Amino acid sequence: MTESLLALDNVWLALLLKVAAIVGFFLVAPLVIGYIEHKGLAHMQARLGPMEAAFHGIGQLPADGIKFIQKEDIIPANADKWVFSLAPGVALVPAMVILAVIPLGPGLWAEDLDTGVFFALAVSSVSVIGILMAAWSSASKYSLMGGIRAAAQLIAYELPLVLGAAAVVLQAGTMSLVGIVEAQNDFRILGVVPMWFVLPQALGFLLFFVASLAELSRPPFDMPIADSELIFGHMTEYTGLRYAFFMLAEYAGIVVLSALAVVLFLGGWYPLPGVGLPSFDVLFLPGEVVAALAGFAVTMGKIVALAFVMIWFRATFPRLREDQLQRISWLAFIPLAILNIVVVAVFKVVA
Amino acid sequence: MTVIDVVMLAVAVLGGASAILVVVSRNVVHAALYLVVALISVAGTFLLLGAEFLAWTQVLVYVGAVIVLILFGLMLTRAPLGPMPQDNDHTRLAAALSVALFGFLAVLIMQAFGDTALPLSVTPTAAIGEILYVHWAFPFMVLGFFLTVALVGAIVLARREEGEGPEPLFDAEMDSERPTPAPTDVSTTPGVTSPSQEIRT
Repeated sequence: MTESLLALDNVWLALLLKVAAIVGFFLVAPLVIGYIEHKGLAHMQARLGPMEAAFHGIGQLPADGIKFIQKEDIIPANADKWVFSLAPGVALVPAMVILAVIPLGPGLWAEDLDTGVFFALAVSSVSVIGILMAAWSSASKYSLMGGIRAAAQLIAYELPLVLGAAAVVLQAGTMSLVGIVEAQNDFRILGVVPMWFVLPQALGFLLFFVASLAELSRPPFDMPIADSELIFGHMTEYTGLRYAFFMLAEYAGIVVLSALAVVLFLGGWYPLPGVGLPSFDVLFLPGEVVAALAGFAVTMGKIVALAFVMIWFRATFPRLREDQLQRISWLAFIPLAILNIVVVAVFKVVA
Repeated sequence: MTVIDVVMLAVAVLGGASAILVVVSRNVVHAALYLVVALISVAGTFLLLGAEFLAWTQVLVYVGAVIVLILFGLMLTRAPLGPMPQDNDHTRLAAALSVALFGFLAVLIMQAFGDTALPLSVTPTAAIGEILYVHWAFPFMVLGFFLTVALVGAIVLARREEGEGPEPLFDAEMDSERPTPAPTDVSTTPGVTSPSQEIRT
């Protein structure tokens, strides 16, 4: 296991710094994605999007946040108050916890777990409990139906997601996310051409990406919150800060799953296959820090690019039907994911 | 007491309390949610004992899948808000039995492993993989086969009870306009048998 940049001699100080870094990233990165969605969708639909709040509406989402804080916190009279209040937190926390293992640059991670991928996928599967809690406790039929749809969808797409990641683990020979990034840098097609796992694992990448869209209930897989049928699914009865928490959880989920896709398939912090990061001293900055900053920029660029594709999908594809969604997963994606694992295993043994 | 003892005690108290709340809770969804806390506490115990892989498996399988299926099943059938009427007369017997079983197992485990000191270092995942797939490969595969048989059997039994045969094979198209077979019609109307049922009998 490689050490994090934040591994200091003082354990408690290091822990404090790591938590601060994770919370900071968790609060800023989803807003960036949200702003890109606002502007990206607007321009794809020949609109301008938010323009009033600061330069080109860049302050729109912080302004929205302040608005949410001021709103009245309404709990429906028939709702189960405790479960209703706790649900947004349960949906939000897993996304934050996963960030602890995701490497954003050389040395830029909180913890390089031996079981990194496994941890990330295990924790991400918890957030559906928050959605189910919200759906049930709202005492609303729209919420309940949305929750049932969400649960069915998450059960169906958990498997292709996990199996897609398992094929990468098989090829890399490690479950550590840092180890997988390094394994991609060392990988050569036929021993010559440097390439990331996105090419040998093209099928796995496709499955992983589409399954993560479905896991996030993003269009075209947004039946759980289908506005024309269910108002807003499990979020129908929520207002104010609790609603904002759900939205934050959704965009944090985009960041986290895009980051996982970048780490598993797109070479992590390496700018090009086989090309390393600059690690010379710049002015007062030591080479290590320069490499970390450059790596962070590269990783963020890739995350934003993947998130942009997700937004692009939203502007392009109509919503699928519930039965189509289920059939795609059980009859196409899961068999393909298993086939992918078999092929990768055969190549791993032969090569 | 070291820091790890204190944390261990806290996790044990949390897990035990939520486990009791699972059975005394008057609402079935609350019981399922307390079960989440109990299972996460078990994962926490595994983690404190250095069994990292086991802890995340616990979270992925029990919290992420089993509980979600339980909640899903409850919400599909009946999960009213508020307390539910008690429809079980055997609570005293169940309580006595579980206390007796707990005592028996506790004594047994203390007798067997009471003096064993556990090394509190993290077990590397590779070591677990080697034990499972090299030393115990054959029993592991047999177990996997049995579980698959059980799974298939459960599906067959469930469908037979509902009076549903296996559906005719789908055509390959995803967006086919084929009207989906309405299972309620088949199951509620006696005398109507699907062709596949006749084949099976």
